Amino acid sequence: MDRTSPEFEAVLETVTDEERIAFDGLTIERDGDTYTVETPAGAQTGLERSDLPQALEPVSAYVTNWYYWQRTVGGEDTARRAFLRWCERAPIETEGTGADEPATSDASTYTNADDGTVAVPARDEALRDGIDREWGELVVTTRLVDDVDRPESERVYDCWHVADAGTDLAELEVYDDPRAARELATHDEDGRYRPLKTAPTLVSGWAFTGLSGAELVDTIGFFYPATVANWHREQRDALDVDHWAETADRQSGIYDVVDELPREAVEWMTEACCVDSQCLRRREWHFEEDDELAVDGGDGQFPCREPCSLVIAAARSWAILESEDEHTYELELTTSELNQLTEIVDAVADGRTDEIREADVNDGANRFRARYLRAKRFDDDGGFTARRRADETDAD
Amino acid sequence: MQALVIAAHGSHLNPDASDPTYAHADTVRETGAFDEVREAFWKEEPHFREVIRTLESEEVFVVPLFISEGYFTEQVIPRELRLEDWNPDKWDSDGTAASTVTLEATDVDKTVHYCGPVGTHDAMTDVIVQRAETVTEDSDVGAGFGLAVVGHGTERNENSAKAIEYHTERIREQGRFDEVEALFMDEEPEVDDVTDFFEAEDVVVVPLFIADGYHTQEDIPEDMGLTDDYRLGWDVPAEVDGHRIWYAGAVGTEGLMADVLLERAVDAGADVGDALEAVRNEVSLRDGGTSDSTSGPTTEAGD
Repeated sequence: MDRTSPEFEAVLETVTDEERIAFDGLTIERDGDTYTVETPAGAQTGLERSDLPQALEPVSAYVTNWYYWQRTVGGEDTARRAFLRWCERAPIETEGTGADEPATSDASTYTNADDGTVAVPARDEALRDGIDREWGELVVTTRLVDDVDRPESERVYDCWHVADAGTDLAELEVYDDPRAARELATHDEDGRYRPLKTAPTLVSGWAFTGLSGAELVDTIGFFYPATVANWHREQRDALDVDHWAETADRQSGIYDVVDELPREAVEWMTEACCVDSQCLRRREWHFEEDDELAVDGGDGQFPCREPCSLVIAAARSWAILESEDEHTYELELTTSELNQLTEIVDAVADGRTDEIREADVNDGANRFRARYLRAKRFDDDGGFTARRRADETDAD
Repeated sequence: MQALVIAAHGSHLNPDASDPTYAHADTVRETGAFDEVREAFWKEEPHFREVIRTLESEEVFVVPLFISEGYFTEQVIPRELRLEDWNPDKWDSDGTAASTVTLEATDVDKTVHYCGPVGTHDAMTDVIVQRAETVTEDSDVGAGFGLAVVGHGTERNENSAKAIEYHTERIREQGRFDEVEALFMDEEPEVDDVTDFFEAEDVVVVPLFIADGYHTQEDIPEDMGLTDDYRLGWDVPAEVDGHRIWYAGAVGTEGLMADVLLERAVDAGADVGDALEAVRNEVSLRDGGTSDSTSGPTTEAGD
């Protein structure tokens, strides 16, 4: 940064117009014709305007940092800005205690951050190598732009799959249009459609490079819609959670029945759908505000603020199934065959069927074992030969 | 700042259901008329429930990418967007006249201009005609041709047929085609008997659906006798009972739909500069006879 750089010119212009800059540990104040420059490292007072280039030179990291956030990114209080600050481990401004507070009052939080954030000079240093953060299955790298024609404060962002962290860029498909993320997020490795964007099944083998902050946020929005907005709300203790009962009650049309799903079945439903193995979101909703579900909400990074449309669609099926009466059935099975049913259910539930080796006939969910069971025990109607035991319902 | 939200159905089962939504959103994005353009879905993400909070704009124009007024536009979308004080009466519509109503979304501090669906806008009439031009690869198509506008039709929603009949009448009044008829899948007059309704040898059939899916790529082609098995595809035109049937597939995939989205937002007060003209020019260049209406079969759009 020198006296002709855009950062320096912007500083002069701002202190001339507004008499004060206070941001991320840097304070520049104008009092008539004299200036004060202060950072956690110390203060320089009684400066003339002509002294400013020399005074700012040793704290240029603070100045360029100010320029990037206040001039390039802007968007005070927006989720976009908070997310980009999180990406480089900058303290996240919360409403009312924003970064424009006097640096002198909380300078320690910038120099001795104990919340994992990094103070400006160290952050500037780290940005030269690139700062990595994980967002679901994504890695985002923030780095200072390496282009003489652009402000030296400008950041660019790269994004790829965590599984590709060690892969050479030359081996990845490289994109620079955020909309490409829509296509990448559509199918899993096996070519199956991913209706749930936060399923932990994002394909690897691609990279976005050199994105602007706005483009990065768009890219994240296409991979994981609304996660930045809800994360930001959670950061500010403003996440609005809609619990199961409210969400179920407001359904209409064919989904009107979901509020009939028994309390116990809602537990089974969350165990089936809302766990880390199935979704990267962390369930924050319960049965009702003061009626917590026993099933753990998971460790996902993104807060889940209400049952999603997949859960509602599944709940409709289960509400209908759960409305059926239970009966006792009799069917002939050996002990091993009964155990085999358990193994088949487990294998399907865990998505393990493709992993069972062709010739592993010791596994009850092996395809040939299943086909043998079907050949032996199914009747002409294509199901187990079972008799329903007469019960009270039938006697009525 | 102003944002456009395109509210569409989407699907849990079929990724193609959202293709038209993305395509039209991109067309609008490229005009730069809105600071933000966002797709939102009932069955995909971002869900209607979450979409407004992803925007920074204070003014939000929500346009339902649906054909008819009815359950989705009157109940589901406004409820899921948390539009305070919504009431279908505010549209003061007879089933095809919904334009816009301005409301507050209760979970965000934003003004939402909730618009009528694309399917009932007057500009949709032009899209149907454009679709006929695209499928025949003839920008003057009309003389000597019949046009069938096909709707789902359902007893559950009388507005479903109204939208079809509305555009049918408007195209008829233009006098461009020799005959124009409204036909339906699930009510009379039925699309199965398409050739009974036309004297003209050439008949363009345009289904008023948003996305190509089960109905437009399986049901309707088989019901009309274009093919015995949708998986084998069909010719455009196809010979049926001495008529040449030019089957267009879902009108919602037509590029000019982006124009209708913009028109809806403009009617609600959006400032889009010269975007309307830009879209019309761009779409006519891009779509010049290149639409492939017989692309592979897909499954049910809604599930």
